[in-house]
Amino acid sequence: MTAPLEVSGSDTTATPEAVLQGGDIVGRSLGQIAWRRLKRDKVALTGAGVVLFLILVAILAPWIVKLLGHPPNEFHYPVVNADTQVPSGKYGGVSRHFLFGAEPVNGRDLFSRVIYGSRISLLIAFLATLLSVVIGAVMGVVAGYFGGWVDTIISRLMDIFLAFPLLLFAIALAGVVPDQAFGLAGNNLRIAVIIFIIGFFNWPYVGRVIRGQTLSLREREFVESARSLGARGPYILAREVLPNLVAPILVYATLLIPTNVLFEAALSFLGVGLRPPQATWGGMISDATHWYQIDPWFMVSPGLAIFVTVLAFNLFGDGLRDALDPRAR
Amino acid sequence: MVSAIALSAAIALSLAACGGNSSSNKSTTKAAFNAGVNKVFNASDTKGGTLRFANSGDWDSLDPADTYYGYSWDFIRNYGRTLTVFKAAPGAAGAQLVPDLAESLGKPSADAKTWTYKIRKGVKFEDGTVVTSKDVKYAVERSLDKDTFPNGPTYFNDFLDLQGYTSPYKDTDPNKLGLKAIETPDDNTIIFHLNQPFSGMDYFAQLPATIPVPAAKDTGTKYKEHVVSSGPYMFQSNQLGKSFTLARNKYYDPKTDPDSGRKALPDKMVVELNVNADDIDNRLISGALDIAIEGTGVQPASQGKILNDAALKAKADSAVIARLWFTVLNADVAPLDNIHCRKAVLYAADKTGYQRAYGGSTGGEIATNLLPPVIPGFQKIDLYEAGTKPDGDTAKAKQELAACGQPNGFSTNISYRAERPKEKATAEALQQSLAKVGIKLTIKNYPLADYTKLYAGKPDYAKANKLGLMIYGWGADWPDGFGFLQQIVDSRVIRPAGNTNLGVKIPAVDALIDKALKTTDQAEREKIWPEIDRTVMENASMLPGVWAKGLLFRPSNLTNVFVNDGFGMYDYVTIGVKQ
Repeated sequence: MTAPLEVSGSDTTATPEAVLQGGDIVGRSLGQIAWRRLKRDKVALTGAGVVLFLILVAILAPWIVKLLGHPPNEFHYPVVNADTQVPSGKYGGVSRHFLFGAEPVNGRDLFSRVIYGSRISLLIAFLATLLSVVIGAVMGVVAGYFGGWVDTIISRLMDIFLAFPLLLFAIALAGVVPDQAFGLAGNNLRIAVIIFIIGFFNWPYVGRVIRGQTLSLREREFVESARSLGARGPYILAREVLPNLVAPILVYATLLIPTNVLFEAALSFLGVGLRPPQATWGGMISDATHWYQIDPWFMVSPGLAIFVTVLAFNLFGDGLRDALDPRAR
Repeated sequence: MVSAIALSAAIALSLAACGGNSSSNKSTTKAAFNAGVNKVFNASDTKGGTLRFANSGDWDSLDPADTYYGYSWDFIRNYGRTLTVFKAAPGAAGAQLVPDLAESLGKPSADAKTWTYKIRKGVKFEDGTVVTSKDVKYAVERSLDKDTFPNGPTYFNDFLDLQGYTSPYKDTDPNKLGLKAIETPDDNTIIFHLNQPFSGMDYFAQLPATIPVPAAKDTGTKYKEHVVSSGPYMFQSNQLGKSFTLARNKYYDPKTDPDSGRKALPDKMVVELNVNADDIDNRLISGALDIAIEGTGVQPASQGKILNDAALKAKADSAVIARLWFTVLNADVAPLDNIHCRKAVLYAADKTGYQRAYGGSTGGEIATNLLPPVIPGFQKIDLYEAGTKPDGDTAKAKQELAACGQPNGFSTNISYRAERPKEKATAEALQQSLAKVGIKLTIKNYPLADYTKLYAGKPDYAKANKLGLMIYGWGADWPDGFGFLQQIVDSRVIRPAGNTNLGVKIPAVDALIDKALKTTDQAEREKIWPEIDRTVMENASMLPGVWAKGLLFRPSNLTNVFVNDGFGMYDYVTIGVKQ
């Protein structure tokens, strides 16, 4: 993998002589090249900025809510019209104290609930993605590099997993989760189970891509030469193959996260996610469906939160892919 | 028996007193909120016009043997006559039974196991043939066949002394009248033999299953396509699942119908089926439709619109329904086996929050005890300050917790039906209010369809999974203490699974129910229901939440509109159309 010569916009003003004379053409690593490309992709950078912002919000949720909102499960009857059960005031009760408005019936602060919801969504999405990527990468590399019956078994396994009715399985499993298991209890256990379900059943998507990449890498000259110099399998895998897989792994992980955010939201929407009163974006949308005609604003904030998160991750992921692998453009 | 006769005479008198005509003081013409509750709105005797109904779903069945919806029982009086019937009258009179096809209410034997009714003379089917007791017997017989008619209630299956009889379609008797539990010594007499004493037989006699069916015209499952009318209207056309039209039955003679209060004002009734619920509301408000036939109240969107607009609100009625939303406190789960811990929950619970979960004052009234106010005999029994401290009494709750030996509170679970957002809101409200005294609730939801079969209604499961509080609701098939209470508080109805009594086990209550079943004097019987109610409340076995109400809309072109307490919705046999 040699780096293509980069001629950036600012370099065009430089005279060719200077290049020849200076002789200080610096060999740039893959990462540096990718970073330079990424820096010029404003859309991807915006996505990355939003992603960073969301992560910060999730981490700092308790402090943000303390400053700008109310405890997420606290009831505020006075802000709700007792006759219609809808928040008083315009836009679903948006005010200085209720930045995103209030929930119908009990008047909970939607701002706080959306902020706390981000913790659940991002935590589950990140950890589930990590699990998928680790399993997917290992299985993909093993299948691609060793080939033969190992490849056959792993590939068929992937087919089986891909054919698995994941959503139905998730609903069934989340429905029968006991209160305590594996030293976890209540919502922590349910989070763990959801991470496991999403992560464990999504690895073939990563696995297939990695297997394909490994298959082509295995036949490349630098691998051949390493082999002819007497390198063994583990060394080749670790030193020659894996470094070249970092890019696709990174790209697929970034693109898997928004999918997992959506999947978690779908589970919460269907009521098989976390238990009330825990705020989740999907759960809030599910509650809001009963009110959409009288109080459509209830649906706006969790809906926008999901929309922005998924869009930001997708834009960033696309930009990252373009930066790391320009041929895929 | 004497008292029963005296009673029916008394009812007849009271009916005469409020026999809804325009001169009655129980009527109004001024459009106002609740103008159709407890009084007749726009009283009129003018006949003619077409009354337009719409249903957001489909009927379970138009066949009198196969229907179990309240609105269907309300409407069916237009094309069928039951032995007894809820009086078409506003206010409490609507929850009283009067004779319809029968000459008087039933005459019981001393042990209340045998009941005799006399059929009125001169009542005719739509083809002019005379209705006899055998038509009624045949109708009840076919209603027993749950393979053919799965939707209807099973009261006759459960209470008649069947002796193995299953269905007239498998009957060896040439006239298909082989059931020994019902005797028809002559064309005007019908005698029911029950397998146990049951003082409330008159309530069974108002079931649509007693609407006469001529055996010769019975087409089994296809009978619903053309039910042979014995009432003021008959089927003119019927497109199943789409619409049907009723026109006057020329053989209906109002002289044979002095007690029921039927008005039969419109010339025609048109019912559309499977119409979008929001569309129904919009058409009601615009005047393009007369009645949303389901009678369960307008959709949430329209509710907000109506309540916020004075002109629209003046055309709305808040109808009380014989339904209670409640939470059972499970004595199988420690520490709720201790009555003081249960009382602590009752004191601490935020009753206003419960009401808000069900839509605030339009959704219902804060319940202090079990029996809904429309049930005859109702008494308000407020043992836990639901009236004085509706937000919960923390001090009293803490006292009870101390008496229970849990001064710092305890942890338990609360279950609700996942598909019911109002029950979820209830669970969250209870969680908040009980947390104030240290009672920590973990909320668990279960699918509605299996709630009683596999979860809350399965005592083993509820106990093993420590469901201390179980959110539920119950509506009576008709406004009567037995129909309302028995299924939710009689411990003997508790089975291994599929219960509607989620765990009330009080021997004194069982004894009182038995006593009521043997008491044929209606006034005496109606004193027992509040006694049962009080006993359950003293035991702190249930947290009553909300006595339900529905917000009904009455377009201004209707006359003679009122809410019938017997059905908890508008009475469909009295409404007329302005000409």
